[in-house]
Amino acid sequence: MSTPAVQFMQDARRLSADLRHRRIIQTAMGNYEVVRDQRKTAFQDWQGARQMVAETKWEAVNHLDRHLEQFARNVEARGAKVHWASTGQQACDLILGILRAKNARVVVKSKAMTSEEIHLNEAMETAGYEVVESDLGEFIVQLREEPPYHIVFPAMHLTRDEIKDVFQRKLGDAPSNNPEELTMVARRVLREKYLQADVGITGANFAIAETGMLSITENEGNARLTAALPRTMITLIGIEKVLPRLEDLALFLPMLAAMGTGQAVSCYNTLYGGPRQPGETDGPEEYHVVLLDNHRTALLADAEQRETLHCIRCGACLNVCPIFRNVGGHTYGTTYCGPIGAVITPNLRGLNEWQHLSYASSLCGACSETCPVKINLHHHLLQNRRNASRRKPSWWQKIAFKVFAPMATKPALWSLVTKMGRLGQKGHGLVKGSRLDPAYAWTKTRDLPPIAGRTFKEWWRARP
Amino acid sequence: MSERDNILGRIREALAVAAPMPGQDHDTARPTPVLPSAADQRRVLPAVGQAFDEQLALFRKNATELRADFRLLQDLGALEAELKEISAAEGWQRAASHGGELTKAACRALGLPVLLTDQAFDKRELARCDVGISECDALVAQTGSVVVTSRSAGGRALSVLPPHHVVVARREQLVPDLPAALALLKSKYGGNYPSMISFITGPSRTGDIERILVLGAHGPKKLTVLCF
Repeated sequence: MSTPAVQFMQDARRLSADLRHRRIIQTAMGNYEVVRDQRKTAFQDWQGARQMVAETKWEAVNHLDRHLEQFARNVEARGAKVHWASTGQQACDLILGILRAKNARVVVKSKAMTSEEIHLNEAMETAGYEVVESDLGEFIVQLREEPPYHIVFPAMHLTRDEIKDVFQRKLGDAPSNNPEELTMVARRVLREKYLQADVGITGANFAIAETGMLSITENEGNARLTAALPRTMITLIGIEKVLPRLEDLALFLPMLAAMGTGQAVSCYNTLYGGPRQPGETDGPEEYHVVLLDNHRTALLADAEQRETLHCIRCGACLNVCPIFRNVGGHTYGTTYCGPIGAVITPNLRGLNEWQHLSYASSLCGACSETCPVKINLHHHLLQNRRNASRRKPSWWQKIAFKVFAPMATKPALWSLVTKMGRLGQKGHGLVKGSRLDPAYAWTKTRDLPPIAGRTFKEWWRARP
Repeated sequence: MSERDNILGRIREALAVAAPMPGQDHDTARPTPVLPSAADQRRVLPAVGQAFDEQLALFRKNATELRADFRLLQDLGALEAELKEISAAEGWQRAASHGGELTKAACRALGLPVLLTDQAFDKRELARCDVGISECDALVAQTGSVVVTSRSAGGRALSVLPPHHVVVARREQLVPDLPAALALLKSKYGGNYPSMISFITGPSRTGDIERILVLGAHGPKKLTVLCF
């Protein structure tokens, strides 16, 4: 078996039995569910709104070439420089090139999952730059030298005491474990970094083709500062994030906030169209936009799974997923975790190495039901399973089906086997759940209900 | 070939096969999607009410829930007096603002040294100001948001760097909902947009530590909207 699958199994087993971890996640999620539902019911027609944004995303993704070209043309007309990167390596090299040209030393970043995806921080740090994450959750996990736990709440797995400890250790400043005081420590430290930073790097939630603007949603104001203070600004964005029109935001902004955090809209929803314009006195002198492919065109080429590019990264499918809530975000070992991560990672990073994620699902469909852009997530998990076994069928599955097929197609054989099964189960009770049990892999954590006393056929024949 | 051509080439090749529309099967005949109009959006978005007073009350309710301080005043004179009162209560030493019609009047009344962000300024000095006073483009009833731009509200940093952001607005600037706010931006700036447009909805906040709400994560701890 491959390493990511083994790692997943080990971590999943450990964390699903870790009651402390489970309690932290349940507490963090409890209030979310209440406020999310309040926001949904505030809409006059939530299902109608979902259909509208799903169709808007369909239009954007299915005419991606047209919308991307329009976006690039418009933002360049306003003085920004657009860069195109086919791979993560190319994107890192492009950004390092900009840092070198600007003689940068300190780089301040606001939250960008795309930068996690291409390991941009490692690339910049290796090249000798000081890189500071400014989103509080990202800042905390950066201090702890671990990846974000959740795409919206990076530090949701940590208690205030753990955060106090890392502040004490890395910043030498942690007056108490009070969340407000800890936040103010981060504010002070990061304020100074903002004033020193030469370059600011952001992600973005949407790229507006019609006006050539990037839309960034946040609550803290850290992206606002990243886009206001350094002399050079870089936005890294996946090519699928384009929306046709400015007015499309009227639905996307409140729906992203409702599903992401249970807010009416997030605190700051900001559009950036180019560097400082004539007559403006602050903001960056240079604005670079890096458009990242990194296997997105491979997903686009699969018409069946193309709609996974509609994802707006709200995190709602993670929050409702019974698997995510038990095994946690780090267990996935991927940039994008939860149902959407399980769907797209095998397509972005290798089907056979990551196909185990498609099985990390009960197929309950809660993800598809909650998704604001109506991605049929649990169906895509099934398609991944089919694609993976079609490409590289496993030997034990081949044997299992070779044995199963004649049984299932010959009624006489089927009835013989089920009779034997009933007989065999009589003795099973003696070893059930022990190491001697041939079905140990199943019975060590699960029950095996008794086979019915008689078959349906027997019952049918015997009925009065 | 440039990377741009490579990427666009791969996209065009990928799109040669059509994908089903949301909620439809592969083989269903596919209508072209119609992007929703403002009327379509209004049919599904949270209701805002018809009358102006209703919408004003909604803005107040939303702003209060978000822990913004919304004060509706008789006239500009009353607004100036209110601002002086806040200044005295908070002990402001130094303010930052920009040369708008309303902000000029407000700052004159304030009688404090004022850093103006219309000319080149030192960002460290702005960070030391107690308050940033700005105008806005619109107030949005549906969400309790204040819409500012780099052109109408003194640049990018004024509304986010000082610890207190005060917005001075006229009540005619209230728009009912998000479609109206975006339409207003389009008609006001279309073709020549400011480099930054921000919908500010309450003071800066975070919930990154145990999901507990803390105000003033990076941006202002306080947001006051003075409206007449």
